Amino acid sequence: MSTETVAAKKSEALFSKRRKKIITDPLDDDNPVTVQVLGICSALAVTSKLEPTLVMSVAVTFVVIFSNLIVSLLRNTIPQRIRIIVQLGIVASLVIIVDQVLRAYLYDVSKVVGVYVGLIITNCIVMGRLEAFAMANKPYDSILDGLGSSFGYAWVILVVAFFRELLGSGTLFDIRVLPEAYVNNGLMSSPVGAFIIIGMIIWVQRWRNGYVEEA
Amino acid sequence: MDLLNLAIKSIFIDNMVFAYFLGMCSYLAVSKKVDTAFGLGAAVTFVLTITVPLNWLVYNYILKEGALAWVSDAYAGISLDFLTYILFIAVVASTVQLVEMIIEKFSPSLYGSLGIFLPLIAVNCSILGAAFFMVPRDYNIIQATVYGFSSGIGWLIAIVALAAIRERMKYSNVPAPLKGLGITFIITGLMGLAFMSFMGISL
Repeated sequence: MSTETVAAKKSEALFSKRRKKIITDPLDDDNPVTVQVLGICSALAVTSKLEPTLVMSVAVTFVVIFSNLIVSLLRNTIPQRIRIIVQLGIVASLVIIVDQVLRAYLYDVSKVVGVYVGLIITNCIVMGRLEAFAMANKPYDSILDGLGSSFGYAWVILVVAFFRELLGSGTLFDIRVLPEAYVNNGLMSSPVGAFIIIGMIIWVQRWRNGYVEEA
Repeated sequence: MDLLNLAIKSIFIDNMVFAYFLGMCSYLAVSKKVDTAFGLGAAVTFVLTITVPLNWLVYNYILKEGALAWVSDAYAGISLDFLTYILFIAVVASTVQLVEMIIEKFSPSLYGSLGIFLPLIAVNCSILGAAFFMVPRDYNIIQATVYGFSSGIGWLIAIVALAAIRERMKYSNVPAPLKGLGITFIITGLMGLAFMSFMGISL
């Protein structure tokens, strides 16, 4: 018992400053969608309604965290040359699990989300985090990193979905919020709306934290 | 004629970028210069033309329910549908690797222009996406090939057009926080609006 406590004192606290930073960085300054430009495909495609968007964020969170964990555990045994294929294999297996669960319990949503669940495999956030973080860090840190990155992704797509559903259909989670007199803005439910809203989010965010990209 | 219709439909109406948001990561990252954009577009078209029919074969002779009947009647009831994702990505990743090695061996000049883009393509979602879209649409193998090729062309047109606009954009006065990514998204939205006008075409 005593040896264990000594070991625990030596090791880092469960939520040390460094570890908190791993989680909070991707939420704003290092956001995967608006700063690193990763995972845009699915971010835009599923966001015409809030419900599929929420499902998609949960699915991505699950895949990112577990693939980060598994790759991090295996990081010293994966040969450098074939690491992409190994990573794709791990990610694809996790995505299959997600897809089967969705089809079993949320059939209606899985029809809407459809191929975009499959496309989590090539979602650059997943591969990007594996390459940049999980291959070089310990399992617990990798889980935190996955958590941070997927929350950074989730809040952006939820904001996009909020505006698109509100202005495009006048509803939130399929519950009518705007008065019946409101004429639905078809532009918002079409792909175009997604592009423009995400452009606006980037504008607001970068105006706030003063990040300027070299054009 | 049907094939031509399919080609026009997948280039303009069902454009990979504007209608399905596929391949957005590289679409945004590699669209700063027309030359490189064209190179990547050509590589995507090339790989799509190969992988879509390949995945068609995989799906129809291995994965589909009853597809294994050609091995033995005993397997006729088996459906390996749930393995679709992992097999498709395996086909895409290994094809890209193979194509890269073949080009390097036989055509160094082509390798010089396409080579650097090929590794990027394994994780380009338009390749995997085209394979997924092909499945529910019940194409035959010729249609699948045409579909792969023309989706690639649609993607090529989109990225080259965006790169051309961005080259001109360098000289315009964009608000600082909107520079780079932000304005690119809004331009893509406007281009999408333009492409929406093709939707009226009935084929």
